[in-house]
Amino acid sequence: MRGVLSDRMGAALLMAPLLVFLALAYAWPFLGVVKWSFTLPTPGLGQYQALLTDDLVQSVFIRTLRIAAIVTLVSVTAAYAITVVWVRGTPAQRLIAEFCILVPFWISVLTRAFGWVALLSNRGLINTWLQSIGFISEPLALVRNEFGVVVGMTHFLIPFAVFPLASAMRSLDERVLLAARGLGSSRMRTFWEVFVPMTRSGIIGAAMIVFVFSLGFFVTPAILGGGRSVMIAELIYLRIFQSPDWGLGAAISVVLVLFVSALMAILFRYVKPKQLV
Amino acid sequence: MPTYRPGPVSLTLAILVALFLLMPLLAVIPVSLTPSRMLAMPSGELSLRHYRSLIEDPRWLQSILLSIRIGVVSSAISTMLALCFSLGVWMFQPRFTAALVGFVLLPMVVPPVVSAVTLYFLLTSISGVSSFFGYDTWLGVAMAHSVMTVPFATVLILVSLSQLDRRIDLAARGLGASVWERATRVIMPNIKFGIVTAALLSFVLSWEEIGVTLFITSVNAITLPRLMWMGLRDNIDPAIAALSVILIIITVLVLAVRSVVVRVRGGSKPL
Repeated sequence: MRGVLSDRMGAALLMAPLLVFLALAYAWPFLGVVKWSFTLPTPGLGQYQALLTDDLVQSVFIRTLRIAAIVTLVSVTAAYAITVVWVRGTPAQRLIAEFCILVPFWISVLTRAFGWVALLSNRGLINTWLQSIGFISEPLALVRNEFGVVVGMTHFLIPFAVFPLASAMRSLDERVLLAARGLGSSRMRTFWEVFVPMTRSGIIGAAMIVFVFSLGFFVTPAILGGGRSVMIAELIYLRIFQSPDWGLGAAISVVLVLFVSALMAILFRYVKPKQLV
Repeated sequence: MPTYRPGPVSLTLAILVALFLLMPLLAVIPVSLTPSRMLAMPSGELSLRHYRSLIEDPRWLQSILLSIRIGVVSSAISTMLALCFSLGVWMFQPRFTAALVGFVLLPMVVPPVVSAVTLYFLLTSISGVSSFFGYDTWLGVAMAHSVMTVPFATVLILVSLSQLDRRIDLAARGLGASVWERATRVIMPNIKFGIVTAALLSFVLSWEEIGVTLFITSVNAITLPRLMWMGLRDNIDPAIAALSVILIIITVLVLAVRSVVVRVRGGSKPL
């Protein structure tokens, strides 16, 4: 009896500080934000009505979904290509692939966005080089538009797509591949009809992670979009700090959370959380 | 060991992706050496003036020191909280564990911009009560960073606990060790590596945090990423390129050292 009681006490004492901390510093203020969305500037559902009727908000939502879809497609494909080598290459190939995945992963989002500015801006590396070889006379518009945003976000998200893909590829029984080859299937056919279908859970997981991340992305679109291709997160920032229209910013946040939770719920019907690491 | 190796097509595609991944990191090197005061490629002569301005301009140094202070404090808070919580989960396996862990992981899964609005609400509310702890104060930023990093620390510590053999704890318990002794003298020494990694990851995440920091600071608590952001939004300052080169070199060195350490220890590494 004494053991059971002290066990419960012990667990409660150890777990309480973090739970209390997050309840006070995260859950409570989140409820406050939800309250803003119903009370500012006037009590009621006005902010949510505005979400449905405001043309600017609508166009930002559509742009965000479009960019997120493109980024998901490109970055999962690219991640697949490099993960194949990281998981199944020779030891030297694996080391190089790992380096190319982990170095960008650990470098801050700002530095990486800045790297793209240095490459893509009017006086950046690519335009300077193309002009010096006389290929173009006017610099190409590569940043401050949707193209720059997609490139920067894809670059940021590839490493995140790699981890679930790698986990799926590692757990694949390679005797199946050898059997396919042994039965006379070509390399291409083995890849498309055996390898890819067997890593399906990794592909779904990677696509979901990338898509969910892209929806709430702030820094890269703000820097590489240059204020011209605003996404949801930047819209929230602008509503809170520039308009200022806290109620609308809060309402967009609430909608974003609901949308992401719905996506996560769908994700976990298909993939177990452990398969994502 | 896989015998089924990637073919030439896979290798070519992987090389293209690898180049794409490394390109922006390499691009900052020439920009950092430009003699121009604006973002441009150096034409002919090279200069280290932007590296010098990092040392001479007090703004950079101040924000570096501030970021270190915030990183150390928030990493200490989030590692302590995550460690206690994870020990509680592992030692007592209470009911509703999954729900509690899910709650703790929320700041990691909720879109960062929503967490930013949430923490903005929190800190502006606190500001009404206290002036040295709230919106645009270093303590406020440290607390907000703890909220954002604690899920990551918790995941790392829980993962290293899951690899621990329960029988050593049972043995200690059978021999009459108290909860405190089991935690500090049996379990913690065995997950040292996980705890240190959690603390380091929390520090790094706080050091480079910008999404939330943008919402909760304005003029006083200018962390390094906040200062970089200001330099990127207005007139692009090539000193950012010099700083980026230094940060990239540090990252590469740390990763190299770590891969050697992991190889020597023979353990597995999560990231």
